[in-house]
Amino acid sequence: MPTIAVWKFTSCDGCQLTLLDCEDELLPLTEHVHIAHFLEATSVSEPGPYDISIVEGSVTTPDETERIRWIREQSDVLVVVGACATSGGIQALRNFADVDEFRSIVYARPEHIATLGTSTAISAHVSVDHELRGCPIDKGQLLELLTALLAGRKPDLPDTSVCTDCKRRGLTCVLVAHGTPCLGPVTHAGCGALCPAVNRGCYGCFGPMNRPNVPALVPLLRRSGMGDDELHLVFRTFNADAEWT
Amino acid sequence: MNVVLDLDGLDALVRVLRRDGRVVVGPVLRDDAITLAELSSAAGLPSGWGVETGPGHYRVRRRADAAVFGHSAGPQSWKRFLHPPRRRLLSSDSSGLHPAEDDAPNYAFLGVRPCDLAAIAKLRQIVGGRAPFVVAAQCTEPGELCFCASMGCGPAAGAGYDIALTERIDSDGHRFLATSGTDEGAEVLARVPARPASPNDLALADQDVEAATRRMGRAMPELDLRDVLTANRDSAHWETVAERCLTCGNCTMVCPTCFCVSVEDTTDLDGNAERSQRWASCFEIDFSYLHGGAVRTSGAARYRQWMTHKLGTWHDQFGTSGCVGCGRCIAWCPAGIDITEEAAALATMMELGGERP
Repeated sequence: MPTIAVWKFTSCDGCQLTLLDCEDELLPLTEHVHIAHFLEATSVSEPGPYDISIVEGSVTTPDETERIRWIREQSDVLVVVGACATSGGIQALRNFADVDEFRSIVYARPEHIATLGTSTAISAHVSVDHELRGCPIDKGQLLELLTALLAGRKPDLPDTSVCTDCKRRGLTCVLVAHGTPCLGPVTHAGCGALCPAVNRGCYGCFGPMNRPNVPALVPLLRRSGMGDDELHLVFRTFNADAEWT
Repeated sequence: MNVVLDLDGLDALVRVLRRDGRVVVGPVLRDDAITLAELSSAAGLPSGWGVETGPGHYRVRRRADAAVFGHSAGPQSWKRFLHPPRRRLLSSDSSGLHPAEDDAPNYAFLGVRPCDLAAIAKLRQIVGGRAPFVVAAQCTEPGELCFCASMGCGPAAGAGYDIALTERIDSDGHRFLATSGTDEGAEVLARVPARPASPNDLALADQDVEAATRRMGRAMPELDLRDVLTANRDSAHWETVAERCLTCGNCTMVCPTCFCVSVEDTTDLDGNAERSQRWASCFEIDFSYLHGGAVRTSGAARYRQWMTHKLGTWHDQFGTSGCVGCGRCIAWCPAGIDITEEAAALATMMELGGERP
């Protein structure tokens, strides 16, 4: 039976909780895989090697740069999940600021904090086989990837715009029909157009799609009422260090 | 057969179609847009609602009258029903392969605008399937983005309808001239309360539709677009469009004739497999993926592919243009890229170049 290990780096745990959130599918899944390491679910940790490693979180400490290499060596297939693991996450805000200053403001005894000046994606450190985007990831995409890996087939994870899912769902475009700012035209699909489905604009938590044209979208966002601060906020929150342009 | 229905007559038409076991689909007001949904009565139609459209812009607005078909193309087209966004093709389990059954309902489409009537014919030529019963609504009020007249697809309803309605509201009341286009249409109309149409009713309908021809907000250049596109294969203009193009795929998704699909195989934990198709777009990079990579990666290449197929090579493939002039791709492009404007720019370049293929 293939073994699975779930690893946490710098993150909020929300993406690995998506696996526990697969309530109906979780027990059937354990009939097909052996969970060897998953601290959110069990304190039992078995030694490697592992067939599939699922990695959540970004690399922000010297220790993590070592640990990710060890995990890569121990894993046949390495899957990274969530905005932190795929682009550095919210904590990549430090990449545009002075981490020492942050550290001195946040911690009473900053000298005890060993941290890097940057928060980086897992792929900046080791080779990655598959990635799932999102903050958090989509449960359907996680199951699609796991069932694909178990069957030895290519997972169906399109890298196009959120708009393609939005239109297939038959939703009315909130940007065109309501004048609501929406990042759908530049954002990676996978959520099933969750926000437009409740009449809200996409805020880009899945990060950039394959070859986005952000400069073409910015004037449209401004026209729908976004100012410099809001623009800064949407592109510099969940996937601040991703390649939007 | 020509008769005149009032609003009760229109409602009776919906009831007759439903009684015959058809799923009646028509325009409804939903999420601040006029979309398409199943109707249980004519009361569900967007009475008194019109639209204001522009490049990358769409707003519903209150009309001064209670017209039910007084709106141009909305965010959805009949493609959604004839060629669903997702469809299972086959499944497999331990007992073997099972082709998916055709579970499409017996549709009656109510309020099909002439541009969309033409689109239904173009789409069905490709995807086939059971013919819907079509109640067309002739266009008497084209929108700012409409150019069906220059595509030869309106504003009068062409072939393919079972019943064509022409709505009119004046001092004589709110009424619909109903013309049957097929025996089935005549048979349905015979079961609906109506009065015979007078020569004046016919003349007024002709006059209203004729007036609509002159009120189109847009027009395609009066040139053979195949020549224009062939002459401009290497034009620098594609790069200019690409600067604005988001490559989001919205134009292809809202187009009533874009038919491309991606076929995907998925499996579940129990060893069952499924093959399904979903709407794809030539703006997706994966769309042109061959072994080793995609062949159309730039926005310029992808926009050129879409426009060249739509207006040019569609002729070679299907003997007709792929465009009906509904204007959806202009309204629902967030960046407001206007296919008529781009065609005009390319046509000018061809003329300036002085060469025709």
